[in-house]
Amino acid sequence: MNKKTAKKGSTRILSGNHAAAQGVRLSRVQVIAAYPITPQSPVTERLSQFVEEGELDAQYVAVESEHSALAVCTSASMVGARTFTATSSHGLAYMHEMLHWAAGARLPLVLACVNRAIGAPWNVLNDQQDSISQRDTGWIQIYARNNQEILDSIIQAYRIAESIYVPVMVCYDGYVLSHAEMLVHVPSQEAVDRFLPQYKPHTILDPANPKNYNLVTLANPRINAEGVLCHGYMELRYLLQETLQNSRETIINMGQEFGELFGRSYANMFWEHRLDDADVVIVAMGSLAMEATVAADTLREAGHKVGVLGLRVFRPFPKAEVVKALEKSRLIAVFDKNISYGSEGATCSEIKAALYGGSARAVIRNFIVGLGGRDVKAREMADAVDKSLLSVKEGDLNREYPEWICAI
Amino acid sequence: MGTRDCRHICGESSPAIGEAGKTGEWRDSFPVIDQEKCLPARQNKPSCFLCWLYCPDAVVSKTIPIQINMEYCKGCGICAQVCPAHAITMIDEQGF
Repeated sequence: MNKKTAKKGSTRILSGNHAAAQGVRLSRVQVIAAYPITPQSPVTERLSQFVEEGELDAQYVAVESEHSALAVCTSASMVGARTFTATSSHGLAYMHEMLHWAAGARLPLVLACVNRAIGAPWNVLNDQQDSISQRDTGWIQIYARNNQEILDSIIQAYRIAESIYVPVMVCYDGYVLSHAEMLVHVPSQEAVDRFLPQYKPHTILDPANPKNYNLVTLANPRINAEGVLCHGYMELRYLLQETLQNSRETIINMGQEFGELFGRSYANMFWEHRLDDADVVIVAMGSLAMEATVAADTLREAGHKVGVLGLRVFRPFPKAEVVKALEKSRLIAVFDKNISYGSEGATCSEIKAALYGGSARAVIRNFIVGLGGRDVKAREMADAVDKSLLSVKEGDLNREYPEWICAI
Repeated sequence: MGTRDCRHICGESSPAIGEAGKTGEWRDSFPVIDQEKCLPARQNKPSCFLCWLYCPDAVVSKTIPIQINMEYCKGCGICAQVCPAHAITMIDEQGF
């Protein structure tokens, strides 16, 4: 690597998984523990190569399961190490208990979830059911639209997590991004070091000053051995909620600072495409938000004022910003690569909940798409929006259940 | 006054006696030792001490006579179960 590259970084053709691995290397992660699962495996394979070749000074812990992988990260974070793990689908489901534990213990872990469908039946292809199923574990969830955003989001994830002591899950679509190669700017180590300071743990394990962490905590507050009134279980839950509620400021500030240093700003909770004058808005998350821009442009050509709201941060959900962006809409078409069985797509529920009590009188339609890797074509999205425009004329605002774009 | 002043963001404490509160308050029966039957007391020499060994809360002393710290004894009755001389009887707490 010559001096110029060292300062400015380099532009490479990388798969989403290798972009993630580069982000982890640049974040100077100290402990990596992961278990292989499709389509995540290339992330940790690349990382083990970095460790083996001396490019990353980290402990690579081979474990027997995803549950153990997250247990290793939790323990290592507790004693002050910056940690990383990556997984998909059944692997993330197997981590479920430790996801709660990491958030409850307020450990700033970063996890890459390469979005994949969950069985039964077996399916290794993409949808977002895996990470959506972990919505209520107390983790911040960031979704990337492309490989550059994967790398950038991982670096920012450490900064966010370690500022407010909440773990961050960086999610990106399996195969669509994980195995697709695209141009990615890989910043220099020097520049990332300026953005990302060393991790300062709030948990200090020191034999000279021993502490207990997260022992049995009863419902009510209690006075500890030093005579101080301490939180009960419920006060600790409140603090986690309060921190997530207030985390949008940190997320936006870090995204802005990242932009100032690297020229790519993330000072937002969602991406906007032609939203300014739009009265028809497509809502989507992850790579689907890119596909949606093609659908919107097609509909624009047909004379409709269509824009796209591409959700970047799903937790915390940016209610106020979403309401502002959607207040002038007459039609909102929400596309979900997940389904909350018996209800509707998860992002659609969020949008509806956010709009309640405001002035919006938009028709809201929810489309379930792309489950188990079913291809989502921009044409199909445009047709779905086109069809929904009839409901605007009829004033048919809401439907109890979503529509599915499939062959049934 | 709320609990924010403790400044903890997760469950946190220092290892100390009484950290989990006075666990004796959990008890619904308490052990009574018959010193006539207790082997160390009867023989007046260190012996047996199975109650000391088995007590999960370490509230039984390894002394003659043995003593039980009632501030922390939860009344589980394991001492009474393991005593080979049947010297320990569990009595219901009145008004629990």
